[in-house]
Amino acid sequence: MNATRHAIGLGLRRGWTEFLLSLRSPQDQGFYLFTAVGTLAFLWFNRDNELEGTALLYPTYALPSILGALLAFGVVIGPAFALAMEREDGTLLRHKALPHGMQGYVTGQLTYHSLSLFPSLLTILVPSFLLFDGLMHGGAAGWLTVAWVVALGLLATLPLGMILGSIVPSTQKVGTWGMLPIMVLTAISGIFFPIQSLWGWVQGVAQVFPTYWIGLGLRSAFLPDSAVTLELGDSWRTGTTVAVLLAWAVVGALLTPRVLRRMARRQSGSTVEAAREASLQWVR
Amino acid sequence: MSSTADDAVISVRGLRMSYGSHEVLTGVDLDVHPGEVVCLLGPNGAGKTTTIEVLEGFRLPSDGQVRVLGEDPATAGDAWRARVGVVLQSWRDHARWTPRALLTSLGGYFAPYSTPERARPYDVDELLVTVGLGEHADRRIGTLSGGQRRRLDVAVGIIGRPELLFLDEPTAGFDPQARRDFHDLVHRLSDLEGTTILLTTHDLAEAEKLADRILILDDGRIVADGSAEELTRQVAGTSEVRWARGRERFVHPTDDVVGFVRRLFEQEGDALTDLEVRKASLEDTYLAMVQRSQPDAPSTARLQEVTW
Repeated sequence: MNATRHAIGLGLRRGWTEFLLSLRSPQDQGFYLFTAVGTLAFLWFNRDNELEGTALLYPTYALPSILGALLAFGVVIGPAFALAMEREDGTLLRHKALPHGMQGYVTGQLTYHSLSLFPSLLTILVPSFLLFDGLMHGGAAGWLTVAWVVALGLLATLPLGMILGSIVPSTQKVGTWGMLPIMVLTAISGIFFPIQSLWGWVQGVAQVFPTYWIGLGLRSAFLPDSAVTLELGDSWRTGTTVAVLLAWAVVGALLTPRVLRRMARRQSGSTVEAAREASLQWVR
Repeated sequence: MSSTADDAVISVRGLRMSYGSHEVLTGVDLDVHPGEVVCLLGPNGAGKTTTIEVLEGFRLPSDGQVRVLGEDPATAGDAWRARVGVVLQSWRDHARWTPRALLTSLGGYFAPYSTPERARPYDVDELLVTVGLGEHADRRIGTLSGGQRRRLDVAVGIIGRPELLFLDEPTAGFDPQARRDFHDLVHRLSDLEGTTILLTTHDLAEAEKLADRILILDDGRIVADGSAEELTRQVAGTSEVRWARGRERFVHPTDDVVGFVRRLFEQEGDALTDLEVRKASLEDTYLAMVQRSQPDAPSTARLQEVTW
């Protein structure tokens, strides 16, 4: 029996179990519901707005972008929070005490957060198709594009979440170190309005990060070809999208194991105990 | 089997640990032999947890030689990990899981290391019953009481059927019944499985009940090593004689109880109205030892000594 492969199998099962537990948890159901209702309400109130210079309705333009932003946001913040919390509560330490436990743990995290993407996207996609017309212009090829953009986007952003969760000093700091930058990034990545309306240097910054490219890739899948005039350089830039997301995925794949190892090395019973004491001292 | 340093399960020489200029461990030497139950005692901040974390491979020592199951824990691989059990003090992890699901998941990692002599992991149902969680096997862990959670921690620590088990203050927060059950469990592990056990505790009665050997750690080093009885003998005045003459009461610590009492009868005769001989407890020994190694510590109130 190959112990590494065995551990990865256990990790996959762990991720699946966590996913099922999350689906059954009222807290997580509430989160999915809240995001979905919020997004749909936002699109509904803008349902009759036409985008300037096109016959495109706002929901048609914004839905793919919002899905992209939710992907990037959820897949970075989800693992960051989970990792920071499980470093503090001893989940990680439990795995560190097992043979090949860290491999199983990381596999579990990757599996769980990848799976969690489906309910968060589906709870928005399905009702959107019922509420709004003319959302998908790409047909079957469009759905295929959705599939590879989501897959690549996942590979590009998931490692960022793991790294963030490994380096934040505590769970409470995920907000400042993680949420804030990602929210700013989402705001400048052409999600809620076309990126051209921002200053040039801001456009440059946005194009370094995956969020913009995931949004662009999804727009290329959903929107009619005529909408390409709303994009930078009047092009979907599919090749560049693949290249940028792949680059992030490769950097993530190389960097994450090192950061995780370094973080795991520092875990011990006393770090868990210290986190517990710190949490008991919160002023509520 | 002879117990030499070579076949020791744990062998530590000159272990030092410092954080910046603060020295937590100043040169710890200790050996633990196969099948032994050894208890590490010491005041808060003596370095018990640091020592045990170095042995678990969770912390790198500043200096010294450490061998656990024949390997250096800092560099030992996964096969070594599979032979070692660690009971961790968790607090809110896996709240949505059930004890059964968690033990099945975590126990799975030991399956590749199962041997005909030592089947790994334990059967989950059996283990749940053993630690007294049989009825709670399918409850959410988040709804377990503190004591039940700690039993689950113990179950997680031994699920892989370890040859060596580390327990850092395992019974903190246990009620007397849970404590008794836990002691039975430790005895069973040690007697039936031959598991070598190293535990830390504050509870002297627990140490006396469980340990074959007690190590007292103070000020970053081992200040005493032996069975509870041996340790008690090492301290002068192992017994205390209390007597009364009329309304006056006296106390005298002595090693020679019989001689002292004989002289007492000779001198006092019928004036003696009460007599009590008390053997020093491990607690007395412990306090004496810790105090001896810390001369600047405030001394406890001395009993009135009578010499004649």
